[in-house]
Amino acid sequence: MASLAATFGRGAMTNGWVDIKNTDVVLVMGGNPAENHPCGFKWAIEAKKTRNAKIVSVDPRFTRTSAVADLYAPLRPGTDIAFLYGIIKYALDHKRFHEDYVKIHTNAPFIVGERYSFNDGLFAGFDGAKKEYDKANWNYEPDPKTNSYQVDPTLQNPRCVFQLLKKHVERYTPEMVEKICGTPKDQFLKVAEVVTSTGNAERAGTILYALGWTQHSTGVQIIRTAAMLQLLLGNVGRPGGGVNALRGHSNIQGATDIAGTFEILPGYLATPRGGLNNLTEYLEKVTPTTLNKQSWTTMNYWSNYPKLAVSLLMALYGKSATKENDWNYQLLPKVDGNYSWMYIFDDMYRGKSKRAGGEESGPEGFITFGMNPVGIGPNSDKMIAALSKLKWMVVVENVEIETAAFWKAPKDQYQTPDAKDIPTEVYLLPASGFCEKDGTFTNSARWMQWKWKAIDPPGQSKTDQEIVSRMFLAVRDLYRKEGGALPEQVTSVTWNYTNPINPDLDEVLKDINGKALVDIKDKDGKLVKAAGQQLDNFAQIMDDGTTMCGNWLHTGVYSSAGNNAKRRNNADPTGLGMFHEWGFSWPANRRIMYNRASADADGKPWDPTRPGIVWNGEKWVGDVPDFKPDSPPGQFGAFIMLPEGVARLYAAALNDGPFPEHYEAMEAAGDNPLHPKVTSNPVGVRFSSDKDKYGTASDFPIVCTTYRLTEHYHYWTKHHGNGRLNEVQPGFFVEIPEGLAKEKGISNGGQVKVTSARGSITGVAMVTKRLHQMQIGGKQVWHVGVPLHWGFMGAAGHTGPLANKLTPTVMDANTWTPEYKTFLVKIEKAEGGVA
Amino acid sequence: MNSPGLQIRQSSASLHGDTGQRKMPVVSKYIDTSTCIGCKACEVACQEWNDLGNVDTKQVGSYQTMPQLNADFWNLIKFNEQTLTDGGFAWLMRKDQCMHCADPGCLRACPAPGAIVQYENGIVDVNPDACIGCGMCATGCPFDVPKYHKESGKMAKCTLCVDRVDVGLEPACVKACPTGCLHFGTKDDMRALADQRVDQLRANGLAQAAVYDPPGVGGTTVVTVLAHGDHPEWYGLPRDPHVPTGMRFWKSVLRPVGFIAMAAAVFGAIGHYLSYGPKKPKEDESGPAAL
Repeated sequence: MASLAATFGRGAMTNGWVDIKNTDVVLVMGGNPAENHPCGFKWAIEAKKTRNAKIVSVDPRFTRTSAVADLYAPLRPGTDIAFLYGIIKYALDHKRFHEDYVKIHTNAPFIVGERYSFNDGLFAGFDGAKKEYDKANWNYEPDPKTNSYQVDPTLQNPRCVFQLLKKHVERYTPEMVEKICGTPKDQFLKVAEVVTSTGNAERAGTILYALGWTQHSTGVQIIRTAAMLQLLLGNVGRPGGGVNALRGHSNIQGATDIAGTFEILPGYLATPRGGLNNLTEYLEKVTPTTLNKQSWTTMNYWSNYPKLAVSLLMALYGKSATKENDWNYQLLPKVDGNYSWMYIFDDMYRGKSKRAGGEESGPEGFITFGMNPVGIGPNSDKMIAALSKLKWMVVVENVEIETAAFWKAPKDQYQTPDAKDIPTEVYLLPASGFCEKDGTFTNSARWMQWKWKAIDPPGQSKTDQEIVSRMFLAVRDLYRKEGGALPEQVTSVTWNYTNPINPDLDEVLKDINGKALVDIKDKDGKLVKAAGQQLDNFAQIMDDGTTMCGNWLHTGVYSSAGNNAKRRNNADPTGLGMFHEWGFSWPANRRIMYNRASADADGKPWDPTRPGIVWNGEKWVGDVPDFKPDSPPGQFGAFIMLPEGVARLYAAALNDGPFPEHYEAMEAAGDNPLHPKVTSNPVGVRFSSDKDKYGTASDFPIVCTTYRLTEHYHYWTKHHGNGRLNEVQPGFFVEIPEGLAKEKGISNGGQVKVTSARGSITGVAMVTKRLHQMQIGGKQVWHVGVPLHWGFMGAAGHTGPLANKLTPTVMDANTWTPEYKTFLVKIEKAEGGVA
Repeated sequence: MNSPGLQIRQSSASLHGDTGQRKMPVVSKYIDTSTCIGCKACEVACQEWNDLGNVDTKQVGSYQTMPQLNADFWNLIKFNEQTLTDGGFAWLMRKDQCMHCADPGCLRACPAPGAIVQYENGIVDVNPDACIGCGMCATGCPFDVPKYHKESGKMAKCTLCVDRVDVGLEPACVKACPTGCLHFGTKDDMRALADQRVDQLRANGLAQAAVYDPPGVGGTTVVTVLAHGDHPEWYGLPRDPHVPTGMRFWKSVLRPVGFIAMAAAVFGAIGHYLSYGPKKPKEDESGPAAL
C-alpha cells in the first residue's frame, strides 16, 4: 500500500471488485485470486464471459487462477520487477502506451534534478554504512523563475521523467527478461502484447495482485512497477482499469484505515515522531507544499492536514483539548524507534530495544489480538524464543492458537525452552467470531458495509469492543487512583458511550464519522451544522475545535442521513457496478479513485462506453468526482492527494529508489544478472541475533514460497475436527516439480523433508507438473512451495508443521514486510512411504 | 426418495410411471469447466445440504478431495494435470456427480421395483425405502456414480437436490458456486447457454471445445462445457457412454416378456380356477405352517 500511496496518493485498491467486470484484460500477478479471493474473482470470470476479456496469469506456479486464464507465463519467484519492466519497455518501444494520458495525468514531463543518477545497481545518495539513501538527491529540478519546478510538456528533455524512465528500462529486453525471470521469450512477448493492447483510449486493463507481490524484500517496488505500467497504459482512474490490491481478509482495509500499523494514526495521518515538540512543528513537517507546475493547479488535499489532525485530537480528547493546550497534541505518544512487529519480536528476543535516546530494555508484556505471531511470523523458532522471555502475554482469540500455546510446542520439532525456564504468564481471553458481533467490514474495494450479529458468542467469549473497553477502563481506574507518569494520556481520553463497558458500535461509527461540536455557520451567517449534528463529508472538518472526527477518510459513512454502511439499495444507474447507494465507499462514496483520469483534458471520457466521470458543461456526472462536482476540467488534477496533482512515474518518496530496480531476494538463488555486485535490495533489512540465520545458494539451492489454500481459513480451520473444510483439504503438503522429485527419488504421496537455514519440516510430497525449473543468468533453479495453514495446535489428526519454521527474518525497507515468497531451502526424501 | 410430490416418469422394475402426468420441463445443471476454479464450495454445500457423513480423507499428493465419489460424498471435483497435444498444459477441473441421464442405466439395471425413479423433470433418484442395496445400479451406470452405503445398506448418489428443486430452488452446489460456472434451469436453456459458451471458446481459438451431452444415454441432465471437448477422458468422462447392452435387453425386452409371462401365469391360474374351482386341501396336510 506504501507504493500505491507514493504513486497515486492513496494506499488502497483503486477500483473495486465489481468494476473488474468492465475490463478487457486482467493481468494477475503476485496473487492467486481464484484460490484466495474466489468470490471476488467472479468478476474476472464475468468480464471473460460478457466482454471476452483475457485473463493473463503470470506466476511461478500454475495455479487455480492459471487454470482458467487465457494465457499463462511462468516466472522465477521474486523477479516480477524485471518482468513488468520488460512490458514497460515493450510498450515504449512499440508505442503501445497512452501518450495523451501520460502527458496530462502523470509526472512524465517533470524535470529531475542533476543529482539523480543510477549506476550499477545503486541510485544516487547511497550510504553504504547506514544502508540508507539520502532521498534529497532525487528531487525535481527547481525553477527559480516560477518558484516551482521545471517541466517539458513535449517529453523530450533528457532529464524529464519520461526520458529517464526510458533510459532506466533500456536493459530490460525480452532476452534479459528470459535471463532473469526464466520466462521463455516467446511466452513473455505474448503477455506483453496482450497487456499493452490496453495502452489506448478504447481499451482498459486491470492488474490484480496480493501478497505474492507484497511479501518480498522488493515488494513495495514491485507494486510501484505495476502502478507505473498502468499509468503508461492510461489504465488508472478508469472503469475496468486500476491497480487492484486484493486484501486477504474481510476487514484488512478497515484495519489499515483506522491505524493498523505503528507509523499511522486513523486516516493515514502520520504518528508524531519525537522531536516534533508541538502541533505547529508536527504540521509543518507533515503538510506537503503544493507543487503547481502543470497547466493545472493542484488540490494537494493534504494541505488540509491541520483540520484533520485537530479534529482527530478533538475526537480523542474531547473537551480537555483546547487551542491553548495545542489540542492536547502533547499527549499523543511519539515514535522513537521502529515498532513494526518484526522489530517488536527482535526486541523481545534480545531483551533490548533501539530507541532514539539509545538502547532500552525490551518489552516485558505483549497483547496479541486476533493475530497468531507464532504461526504467521517468519522463523517460528525465533518467535517462540521471543515469547519465552516475556513476563506476561494476553492472547485474545477464538481458539487456542500456537501463540497462546507456544510453551508447549513439541520439542522434537521446535527449539522450545523447558517450561520451567519460561517466565511468561499467558492469559487466553475467548473472543467472538465475526458472525457473533455486529459492526462494519471495510472490504478490499473500500466499501464499508454494516453486518448484523447472527448468533451470540459462546460461553464467556466477549466482543472485541468489550474486551478493549474493559482493559481501558481498568487501566484508567488505576491511573486515577494511583497516578503515574503522565496519567493525563489515559485519563483525558473521551469515552462518551451509553454503555462504557461494551459500547454500541453504532455510536463508535458516529465518532469515526465525526460531528459538529458547536453551531457552525458559513460566512453569510447561515447555519451549516447545528451542534451535535453528524458531518456529511470531510470538507466540513474544521481546525478550530468546532468539529471532531475519528477518521476523516470515513467521514460520510454516518452522515446526518444516518448509518450509510447499512444501505442496501442495489440500483446501479451507471450500469458499471458502482452501486452508490450500497454501503459507503471511502473517500466520499467514490467508487473509482482518481476518476478524473478517466477523462481527457476537456473532461470527455476516454471511452464513452465506460465513462468514469463526464463534464456536462456545468458539472461532473457519473461516479463521485475527485473534487467539487462543479470545478471545471482544467482546474484540478486527478491525483488530489499528491502535491503534484498528477501521478508519479518517478517517486522520490520511497526508501529504495525513485524508480524500481530488479534485485534478487535477500536469500538469493544466484547473482543478479544485471549487477552482480549489488545482488539484493541494498536497503533491505536483516536481523542479527543468533536466531537470524540466512542460507546461501550453495547450501540451499532450491527456491521456496509459502502460500494459502482456498479450503482453509488461516490457522483456524484445523481446529475444527469434523469440519467439512478439513475433509476437503485434509493435511499439509509440499508441492514439488516432477523433475526435482525424480532427481531426489521422491514419489507422489511419499514423505519429503524441506530444510532452510532456520530448520526443517516434513510432509507429504505433491509431485506436480505445475511447478517448473527456472533460470537465473543461465543457471537452472528449482522451485517448491508449502501452504501455511497448519501448526502444532488443532484437532487430532489435523495438526501439521508450521511453514514459517523455514522462512527468513528479512524485510522490505518501506513497510517491513517479511519475505515469505522467495527464500532458499534444500529437500530430501524422508521416511514413510506413500500414504 | 426426497420428493414424493413430483410425478414419476419411469421407475425401476416397473412398466409404467405415474398416469395422467402434468407436463413439466426437464431441468438441468450447467457446468462450465473452463471457468471452474476447483474451489470445492460445491463439495461442501452438497455435504451440508444433504447432511452427509464426514469421509476420513488423507492428503496423498493431490488437490482432489478423494479418488472417487463416495456414498457420503456425492459431488467431487476431479483435478487432472494434463499435457496437451500441442505441448501446452492445462489443469483441468470438473465437478463429478450423477449425470441424471435421460435414459438412466441405473434405473434399467435396478431389480427392485421403485428403488430408482426418474421424475417428470428428468431427475433420477434413489428411493431408499425400496432399495435392496444389491449394487446392480452401479453396474448399469456408465459414469460410476451410485455407491453402496455400508451403514444404511442402501445405494446413494446425488439427487440434484430434488427436495430444493421441487420447491423452486436451485441445487445447493449451484447456489454455492462463487464464479458462476454452475447454472440451473431448463435443459433447453442450459443447453443454449452451453452452446453459446462453446461458440465463444471456439472463437477464441479453442476449436475443439464442445458440450458434453452424450446421446448414448439419451443426453444428460447435467450439461458440461469442455474446452478440450475432443478429449472427454481428460476430465474423467467416458467418450461415448452407453447403457450396457445387457441392461437395455433386461429392461426393454426381458422385463416386458417377464411381465407377459407373469400375466399369462395369473390368467392361467384364473382360468384354472374358473374351470376347476378352488383347490381342496388334502386331509393329511397339516396346518398353516406349510402354507
